[in-house]
Amino acid sequence: MANATLTPDARVSSGEFDLPPSAWVEAYRTMVLARAMDERCLSLQRQGRIGFYVPLEGQEAAQVGCALALDPKDWVFPAYRELGVALVRGVPIQELLDQFIGNSGDRLKGRQMPNHYGYRAQNFVVASSPLGTQIPQAVGAALAARRRGDAVVTVAFFGDGSTSTNDFHAGLNFAGVYRSPTIFFCQNNQWAISMPRSHQTMSATLAEKAEAYGFGGVVVDGTDLGQVYRAVATARARALAGDGPTLIEAQVYRFGPHSTSDDPKRYRSDAEVAEWRRRDPLLRTKEEIMKTPGWTEAQDTALWTEARSRIAEAWKAAEGTPPLPPTSFLDDVFSERTPQLEHQRRELLGLLERKVVHE
Amino acid sequence: MTELTLVQAVNRGLAEAMRQDADVLLLGEDIGTNGGVFRATEGLQKEFGAERVIDTPLSECGIVGTAIGMALYGLKPVAEIQFLDFIYPAFDQIVSELSKFRYRSGGQYPCHVVVRAPYGGGIRGGLYHSQSTEAFFCHTAGLKVVIPSTPADAKGLLLTAIHDEDPVMFLEPKRIYRSVTGEVPDGDYRIPFGKARIAREGTDLTLVAYGAMMVPTLAAAERLAEDGLSAEVIDLRTLVPLDEAALLASVEKTGRLVIVHEAARTAGFGAEIAALVAEKALYSLKAPILRVTGYDTPFPYALEHLYLPSEERILDAARQVGRTG
Repeated sequence: MANATLTPDARVSSGEFDLPPSAWVEAYRTMVLARAMDERCLSLQRQGRIGFYVPLEGQEAAQVGCALALDPKDWVFPAYRELGVALVRGVPIQELLDQFIGNSGDRLKGRQMPNHYGYRAQNFVVASSPLGTQIPQAVGAALAARRRGDAVVTVAFFGDGSTSTNDFHAGLNFAGVYRSPTIFFCQNNQWAISMPRSHQTMSATLAEKAEAYGFGGVVVDGTDLGQVYRAVATARARALAGDGPTLIEAQVYRFGPHSTSDDPKRYRSDAEVAEWRRRDPLLRTKEEIMKTPGWTEAQDTALWTEARSRIAEAWKAAEGTPPLPPTSFLDDVFSERTPQLEHQRRELLGLLERKVVHE
Repeated sequence: MTELTLVQAVNRGLAEAMRQDADVLLLGEDIGTNGGVFRATEGLQKEFGAERVIDTPLSECGIVGTAIGMALYGLKPVAEIQFLDFIYPAFDQIVSELSKFRYRSGGQYPCHVVVRAPYGGGIRGGLYHSQSTEAFFCHTAGLKVVIPSTPADAKGLLLTAIHDEDPVMFLEPKRIYRSVTGEVPDGDYRIPFGKARIAREGTDLTLVAYGAMMVPTLAAAERLAEDGLSAEVIDLRTLVPLDEAALLASVEKTGRLVIVHEAARTAGFGAEIAALVAEKALYSLKAPILRVTGYDTPFPYALEHLYLPSEERILDAARQVGRTG
């Protein structure tokens, strides 16, 4: 199995930057909601009711821990697996399910595959499929925030595979040169579709790459909510103090497939998955919470019931929401329609009217 | 009014925009201390400081990616790519990201970056300092593509680009950076996108060109007049959005069309113009549409004078269609 041993870098300062005890239950509730979404959406995809899905199972503590350490003003530059972050940021599950269908309630107007979402109100920048492209963008937004005098950091989310991209290099290099207030949050989930972490790079850790760009990198156990929170809170404080960017490598494991389009049994062993499942972030977080006086198994069950019923209700509403108007895909190419796009819109309306094509 | 070269007009346009709006900033390679390899940004770092005229590491992907992030946050970055030939490391950022932010977010994230790049041949720049690959960007939905051909247009279109709300590829004809001069209005003025310039009125045939190709095209029109052929010359100014109305009106009037561009012929922008005229003005045509273009080869070094459309080649094509019908 991939090496998940932690380097001494993981021992970030504690105390000041600890997740407050009162926040653990809420964090756990969000993790449960994220996993219940996975459960439901994988099933919906198999039934053909949504076209595609990217599960996050195994990465909940890393995402929730990271997002909780941020301020609502901070800007998130996600990849397409950041459901846990979106939930912490307050994106309603209704918005997400509408996006997964691409109905008229979808704020993105049906433009993207499921999971490729973004919500301005939550400073959650819209994701894309190409890997690593969000990394230099996060640096640019951080420099813009600094220029405006805003106490804002930006966080680029990406995985182990993206550390091989041009954009990773360009982004971290620019961040180092300009000391941008950026956190590079790498969820090393050990597999880039079928490519294991051990073959992605010969670097001993991904975090150590930061050193070459002139700033610090830390490895954290991404199944440990408290440890992730502490690392991100520390990096955020450093960024705002003008001490520059940080690369955080959160070591996690993707329990499920890369997406609903692949079968992980083709490239990894059940034994490896079973070994990592012993460190399931939900179990680890639950163990912590069970230490809370008065917390019972019944409360845990109630959290799951609540999550599943919220999702069921939102799904029902999403399915009942009408489809998008047929010409809506011709909007938002530019701030205003060009004469060419206006002509093409009229062409489509004519085809619809003559029933050559159908809504 | 001031008499300026085209590259000086670009410089004045940038300076004007930066004076008006503190959100406008420039980033690129060698643009600060060095003032740009073509001196387009000469003196700007001195006036506006290193925080607004930012010398970057050598990474086109980093330049455009960073500019996108700045634009998302609300600044108005103008990124310089030293030569259009070197833009490909940024191609993913331009084609997958910049052009699609507004669309893919359902309008939540407009992303207004101006990418400036000198393009085109005729400077003995060989394969990698000469290319004219505007068609790539015209083919990418969500990008506006602007190519000025005069100093006054360079400044006026650049100011429009910087104040636009959409991503703009601003391609500068480096061959005529210094060889073309003209009167340029002082201060701020905007030349709207999607409005072609009738550079010369005529009745017998239409010559359509843009950028550096306006020079041999206008010269050819002058020679045609000596032959008794009245050529109308259209400078497209912006390929996206395209001024279809001006193009069609001219062809309907003259019935003959020659398209000039230095890019390779196959799937070049001329093919789009020809198709458009075939779709919408076929019955006005008295002769086949001809294209005078670069060849379907990489850009050659020693024989670039044969590769590039010249006054003589344009004249030859114009005479062919001029005699027809």
